[in-house]
Amino acid sequence: MGYEFIEGNEAIARGAMRAGCDFFASYPITPASSILHYMNDFVPEAGGLVIQAEDEIASLGFCIAAAMAGRKVLTSTSGPGMSLYSENIGLAIMGETPLVIVNIQRQGPATGSATKGAEGDIQFTRWVTSGGLPIIALSPATVEEAYELTFIAFNFAEKYRTPLFLLTSKDLGVTKDSANLDLVKLPPRFDRKKLPPGQKEYLPHYFEKPEDVPLISDFGGDYIARYTTSMHDKAGYLTANPAVIQEMIDHLTAKIESAIDDITLVKEDFQEGADTLVVSYGVISRSAAVAIEEARAKGRKISSLVLQTLWPVPEKAIRDAMKGIKKVVVPEMNMGQYLIEIEKLAPPDAKVIGVCKMNTTLVTPGEIIEKGGLL
Amino acid sequence: MTYTTYMTDKIGPLPFCPGCGHTILVKALDQALVMLQFDPKKIVIVTDIGCIGLSDRYFTPHGFHGLHGRSITYACGLKLARPELTVITLMGDGATGIGGTHFLNVARRNIGITLLVGNNFNYGMTGGQHSVTTPTDGITSTTPWGNPEGPMDLCGTSVAAGAAWVYRATMFDKDLPEVIAEAIRQPGFAFVDVWEMCTAYYAPLNKLKKQEIFDLLSGYGFTIGLQVDKPRPEYSVKYRQAYEAGKGVLKSKPPIEPKFGNSVQKQTGIIIAGSAGQKIKSAATLFAEGSIFAGLKATQKDDYPITVQTGHSVAEIIVSPNRIDYTGIDNPDYFILISEDGLARMRQTIVKLPETCVLYASEEIELPETKAQVRRLPFRELEKKVGKLSLSTASLAAMLKDSGMFPVEAFKEAILSFQSEKIADINIKAIEAGAELTSKSSSAG
Repeated sequence: MGYEFIEGNEAIARGAMRAGCDFFASYPITPASSILHYMNDFVPEAGGLVIQAEDEIASLGFCIAAAMAGRKVLTSTSGPGMSLYSENIGLAIMGETPLVIVNIQRQGPATGSATKGAEGDIQFTRWVTSGGLPIIALSPATVEEAYELTFIAFNFAEKYRTPLFLLTSKDLGVTKDSANLDLVKLPPRFDRKKLPPGQKEYLPHYFEKPEDVPLISDFGGDYIARYTTSMHDKAGYLTANPAVIQEMIDHLTAKIESAIDDITLVKEDFQEGADTLVVSYGVISRSAAVAIEEARAKGRKISSLVLQTLWPVPEKAIRDAMKGIKKVVVPEMNMGQYLIEIEKLAPPDAKVIGVCKMNTTLVTPGEIIEKGGLL
Repeated sequence: MTYTTYMTDKIGPLPFCPGCGHTILVKALDQALVMLQFDPKKIVIVTDIGCIGLSDRYFTPHGFHGLHGRSITYACGLKLARPELTVITLMGDGATGIGGTHFLNVARRNIGITLLVGNNFNYGMTGGQHSVTTPTDGITSTTPWGNPEGPMDLCGTSVAAGAAWVYRATMFDKDLPEVIAEAIRQPGFAFVDVWEMCTAYYAPLNKLKKQEIFDLLSGYGFTIGLQVDKPRPEYSVKYRQAYEAGKGVLKSKPPIEPKFGNSVQKQTGIIIAGSAGQKIKSAATLFAEGSIFAGLKATQKDDYPITVQTGHSVAEIIVSPNRIDYTGIDNPDYFILISEDGLARMRQTIVKLPETCVLYASEEIELPETKAQVRRLPFRELEKKVGKLSLSTASLAAMLKDSGMFPVEAFKEAILSFQSEKIADINIKAIEAGAELTSKSSSAG
C-alpha cells in the first residue's frame, strides 16, 4: 500500500474501526464533527450503528448503555461538549464502562476563538467529573499516532473497564498529512473479559484484590446484569455501608493506578551528557522536535521526552528522564497545565521553564528555542 | 416455564410511602410483564433519580439505574445496541423535566422503548419541590404561596413531538396492567403518563385525593385513555432500511504510490488565498496529493468562515522531502492571491512576507507594500478560460510550473486518480492553461 493524504480525525475513525468499534454517538461540534462524518461512512457498513444525538449528554448516555450491552463504543467532541459530558463520565467511571472519548480540543474557555486550536483541556480531562478518581488519557502527535493510539485506547478501555480519553487538538484533527497507516504497528486487539457461562450469578463489580478488573456480562446476555450510578457493592446494589464504599473507591483507584507501567507510553530521545530536557506532548512535540534538531545541529546537548500517556502522570518515566538534568522546558498550547505536573517531579536544583501560549497559533520551534533558552 | 412474577423481595419490600402511587405503578408493571411472559434476560428496567428510581432493583430482569433525567438516553442506547431487548423506562415528572430534550427526541425518533412516567406533581425525593407538572396554584416547598407556573401537558407534548403511541392513565385505573402491556407490545416508542399521589408532600399539602385528581384532569380538559396510536417503522428498522437503500454511494480513495520525481530540497510553505466557492480547499488537497505522487510529504490546513459560501477561503500547504514536524508556515515560500476576499483575510500576512517569497497575484488586485517578489498574472482572464470553479487549480499549476518543484504531470495524476472523469477533464485543461501562463512569463522574464 502507499500513502494517503488524510486528517487526524479520519485516522481516529479508522483506528476505532480497526479496534472493532460498532457503535458511535456524537453531537456535531467543530473541530470534531468530521469524526461523526467518517464514522457515519464506516460503521453501518460494518453492521453497527451511528446516531447523532440531541446533545452531548444524550450522546454519552447512548454510548454508555450501548457499551454495557456489548458494543465497542466511540464518541467524539470538543471542549464545550466535554463540559456536557462531565456528568455521564462520572457514571461511566462508577459503572466501570469501557468506551473511548475523543476530545479534539479547541481554544477556550466557552466558545473561545471559534474554531481555532489550543490544548486547554489537559487538567480539565483529569478532573472532568465529581469524585476526583483517576482516569487514563492518551495524546497523539501525528496522523499515524492518532490511528495507533485510538486503537490502543480501545484496548485499554476494554482491559481496564474504564472510559478512555484521547486528547488532541484542532491542529491534528483537521490538518491533512501524508500518512501510511499500513506501516503502523499495532499491538494485538484486546476485548473485554467476559464472565464465562455456567456461573451461579453475575456480580458486575466483583474483585478479589482491589486492582482486579471485574469480568463483564452484557445487558441482554446470559446473566442478569445490574448497573448503577450509586455507590454499590460487588453485586451492583446500592450501599450506604462506609466500609463497602471505601473498598469500592479503593478498587476504582487501584485499578487505574496499578496499571501505570502497562499504560505508560512515552518516546525517549536522550543525549549523553545533556543537562537540558524538553518534555512535550501532542502536536507541540513536533515543534519541539524541530527546535531540538536545530539546537543539536548547533552543538547543544538536549534530551527529549514525548508523553503519549498524559494521565495518570507517567511519573517514573519523567523522573528517569530528569536524572542529571538542570533545565526542563515544557512547551504547551495552554498556560502551563502540564508544567505543574513536571514541577512536582523535577529535581530541586532543576529549573523548569514553561513555553506557554493559548492564542490559537502553534507554539513555534523558534519560541521553544528562545523562551526555553535552547541555544 | 411460566413466570408468575418479575419482582423479587431479595432486598426487602418496596420502599415507597404508604399510599404512594409508585407502588401501584410498579406492581402494575409486574402484572403486565406476567401477561407478556418474556424471558427476563431479554428485558431491561431502566430508571434514574427520584423515588421511582428506587424500583429497578426490585425486578428480576436486567436493571440499569442512571443519572437524573437521562434514563431515556440509556434506554435508547440499550435498544439501539440490541434491538431484540424489551426496554422499559420508569421515571418521575422531575426527570421528565430535566431530561426534557430526551423526552421530545425519543418520541420524534420513534426508538422502540416503553416510557412509564409516575407523575405525582412534585419532587418527592428531595423535599417536595415543584416540578414541570405541578398544577398552577399548587402548594409545594418551593411554591409556598401557590405555583405561579403552568404545568406541562406531558401527553400533549409527546404527541406534538411525534410519539407513535401515547396513553394517559391514573393510579386508580383498574386496567393499568393491561395498558402497560399494550404499551410494551408497541414496536415503536410508547409512553404512559400515570397520574399519581405523592402522599408525603403534594397530596397532603394540596388536599389531593382521588376525586381531586379527576377534577384536575377535567379542569384541564384532559382525558384518560389513548391519546395517539399512529404506528410507523421503529428507528433501528428504518435506519437499516435507509442504509441498505443508500449504500454503495461511498467510494474509498485508493492509496498513492509515488511515481514522479521532484526537486524540493527543504520544507516549503505555500499559501493560496481567495474566495468561498473557488474550490480552494479541494484544489489544495489535489495539489498536495500530486506532491505525494512526486515522492514528497505534504500537509494542509484550511481557513474559512463558518458561513462556508461567503467570504474568504485560504489553504496552507507544506511540501517537504522529509517528514513534516512543524505544520505552521511562519515564512511562506509561495503565496497565491486570486481574489479580494483573500487579500482582506491575509493582508497582514502579505505585508510581512519575506523577500524569499514569490507572490502570484491577480493583476487587478491592489497589493499592500510587501517585500515578496511579486508576479502579476492575468487570473481574471484565466478564470474566463477555465471557469470559476477551476481557477484555484489553474493558479496552483501556474505556481507549480514556475517553481519547478515537481512535474505538472504529478498534479494531473492526482486529478485523474481522485476526481470523476467529467470534472477531471475540466481540471486537466485548467492545469494546462495555468502552466502555460508561467512557462510564457518565465521565458519572457
